[in-house]
Amino acid sequence: MPDTPAAPDAPVLSVRDLTTEVATPEGRRVVVDRLSFDISAGETLCIAGESGSGKSMTALSIMRLLPQPMARIAGGSILLGGRDLAALGERDMRQVRGNDVAMIFQEPMTSLNPVLSIGHQLTEAIRVHRPMPAAEARNLAVKALAAVRIGEPERRLHQYPHELSGGMRQRVMIAMAISGSPKILIADEPTTALDVTVQAQILELIRSLQKDFGTAVILITHDMGVVAEMADRVIVMNGGAMVESGAARQIFHAPREEYTRMLLAAVPRLGAREATSGTAPPAPDGDGAVVTVSDLEVGFDIVGGLLRRPVQRVHAVEGISFDVRRGETLALVGESGCGKSTTGKALLNLVPWNGAITIDGMPIHGLGRTRMKPIRRTIQMIFQDPYASLDPRMTVGELVAEPLVIHGLATGSELADRVAWLFGRVGLSADQMQRHPHEFSGGQRQRVCIARALSLSPKVIVADESVSALDVSVQARVLALLQELQDEMGLSYIFISHDMAVVEQVSHRVAVMYLGQIVETGSRAQVFDDPRHPYTRRLLDAVLLPDPDRRRGHFPIADGEVPSPIHPVGEAPKRVAMTDLGQGHFVAG
Amino acid sequence: MAAYLLRRLIQAALILLGVTFITFVLLYILPADPARQIAGRSATAETVNNIRIQLGLDQPLYVQYGRYLDGLLHLDLGRSYLQKTEVTTLIASRLPATLLLMLGAIVCELAIGLTMGLFAAIRRGGRIDQTLMVISFVAVSAPQFVVGILLLYVFAVYLGWFPIGGYGSFSHLVLPAITLGILGAGWYSRMMRSSMIDVLRQDFIRTARAKGLKPTTVMAVHAMPNAILPIIAMIGIDIGYFMSGIVVVESVFGWPGIGQLAWQAIQRVDIPIIMGVTLVSAFAIVIGNLLADLIAPLIDPRIKLR
Repeated sequence: MPDTPAAPDAPVLSVRDLTTEVATPEGRRVVVDRLSFDISAGETLCIAGESGSGKSMTALSIMRLLPQPMARIAGGSILLGGRDLAALGERDMRQVRGNDVAMIFQEPMTSLNPVLSIGHQLTEAIRVHRPMPAAEARNLAVKALAAVRIGEPERRLHQYPHELSGGMRQRVMIAMAISGSPKILIADEPTTALDVTVQAQILELIRSLQKDFGTAVILITHDMGVVAEMADRVIVMNGGAMVESGAARQIFHAPREEYTRMLLAAVPRLGAREATSGTAPPAPDGDGAVVTVSDLEVGFDIVGGLLRRPVQRVHAVEGISFDVRRGETLALVGESGCGKSTTGKALLNLVPWNGAITIDGMPIHGLGRTRMKPIRRTIQMIFQDPYASLDPRMTVGELVAEPLVIHGLATGSELADRVAWLFGRVGLSADQMQRHPHEFSGGQRQRVCIARALSLSPKVIVADESVSALDVSVQARVLALLQELQDEMGLSYIFISHDMAVVEQVSHRVAVMYLGQIVETGSRAQVFDDPRHPYTRRLLDAVLLPDPDRRRGHFPIADGEVPSPIHPVGEAPKRVAMTDLGQGHFVAG
Repeated sequence: MAAYLLRRLIQAALILLGVTFITFVLLYILPADPARQIAGRSATAETVNNIRIQLGLDQPLYVQYGRYLDGLLHLDLGRSYLQKTEVTTLIASRLPATLLLMLGAIVCELAIGLTMGLFAAIRRGGRIDQTLMVISFVAVSAPQFVVGILLLYVFAVYLGWFPIGGYGSFSHLVLPAITLGILGAGWYSRMMRSSMIDVLRQDFIRTARAKGLKPTTVMAVHAMPNAILPIIAMIGIDIGYFMSGIVVVESVFGWPGIGQLAWQAIQRVDIPIIMGVTLVSAFAIVIGNLLADLIAPLIDPRIKLR
């Protein structure tokens, strides 16, 4: 202990001129550039920035968990209670990890060891710093699980990570992190991979635990909504360096730097739809529907037993109906597992389904590959992960040309001209055609995917979480591009998303899905201004506003698992009945 | 679980039936004449013909095969043409030696292979990694009879640490087991290395380190069980490789197992023994795979047998 007593608001952690470098084939690259900040007990500091800003590297530097041997701390100090973590030996650093500083990560699905029980992983975290009998550690583990509001904690100890949902796993991670009563909790994008309602619960949990334990929290996020919700103080980072830092209110209401202003302007805000470009909804009695879906049902069997007969059935989509008119955007919104992506796949006949779907007047049920081919010229799809959906061995020019070649629509110079035109249309230059997907950024790759989808001049595009993986500033530009293309070509979009703020920005009509069924549908104004179904309200409540003065109040934390769409064979889930509220607004129940 | 086992056993029976059929047909169309082999060079055509009738070799294929299957139902694999003994008795007397050799080889390849792979992965890209991978490459590419003779020369003849051949004590087992296991050790070290490198990149390893666990705990408790999973399935398949290796290794070291029995039988076209050994080998492979599939869920709770 230092001989002078610490001042009451003395920082628990004080980072000075932290510089972290990564070795690349092109030489050393600075990923954290002379970063300095302090954090006091009970305080929440948010480090905000887009991908590549160095925010995660900062966290890993503090934990001294930088990827070896490529990355290293090149300078500066990380002072924790008189010790400089940057200069600590590995053995001493192990005493700090999990004990003084604990960390939770972005991917709850992969951050827990799949072959070890929850109980093992929890007690291990407890006993590594405080040797004690196994039974005692078990009791503490049960307490930790109860603290993160996990129901039946005794039983959970015997469960394995794959038996829990993403939200539950992240709670286990938090339980593990707080079990050592750390002075500092670093949370690196703790809710990014989670559904909005689950995100709201996890944030609420972190906040209440912080209050109980007086932990200092360093929250790393790209989401300005999360920042506004949680931060006492904010550091905005870009390209490894601090752009601006200050109290949350100051950052949001009086940002000093241009970059901060740009970042805030790009955030989709709930209730800000007047601000977006004027999108007059198409006349309801216009050219009629381009897509009609009635009573769509998609299920997958789970087989078992001696003869491998179906024993259970996943009711992914359970009797939904909707239509999409020319030039209209219909948003299918809901959380993971609600059947929204499966619906998108059914529209392109990529999964077996029952019911009736007509695309541009053509019924598509049971069509084989050859008979489906002309339909695919009418309806195209853009996926969530632009990198995974582009073949890394082909040039982007070949990728965009491929649909035209497959459908025999253009050859030779005509093909080249057409591809060049498509590149220009989505905001890429034609001389980039010879490059491969890895040479582009995420936003550019998504533009390539859009160009590919547009190449057949479709009437309908199914966009499945197409902007979810992009940084907000890039997201805003891609959304603007989609809007432009719609105005220009009269495209219809089926916009599949979990993000209510984005949905409000782009859609004309909205269908809210829950457990494979539509629970509310109506025009954008009807659903957002007058939500009738409790689930729609819950979704809207869970949206975080990028404004620290409009923090959401208490959000109820559920202690069990979400209901599942899996039922034994023969026990179909109950279909909801829709009530007509007039003018196209329908709600279940 | 019971349903799973039953289904797998039915599958196994069908596989074995297929194996008997293919082997039987192959041996039937073989130009070599077992009756001539039994009668000897000086025998008259009449004697040979009598032997042929006596053994039922004059019957059409389906009759012979039907008889064989009928015997199989009563666990009767027939009689050796030359040794005049029941094939089941011959195999039963030699099976323990072969099983012991296989066990030794599995222990050897796992001990050598997994250790090499582990260290190569930990020291990835370094000198230790490169050296180990060269060794594994040599192990994979060296023919077994060369390895066997080399080991015999160095450790038995030159250094005199182990007996030159034979059966009976632990020291007899060492060289044949290494010879049989070294090929697998080479493969496993490569598999273990890539599997381990893959696992060490996973998020849960970072979580384990973030808890403040010691590197040895991170390796042994968090990384190893995950890295071993894909290798377990390989061990089941491996028993098939062993069966072909056993014929060579048992001959080189004079090991009295079924490999030697098979080798002698092939030279003399002793069809019942060839059939019997093939069937036992196929059975071993099927059981090996089944065991691997049963062990996997014990390590990985995500695997459900159904």
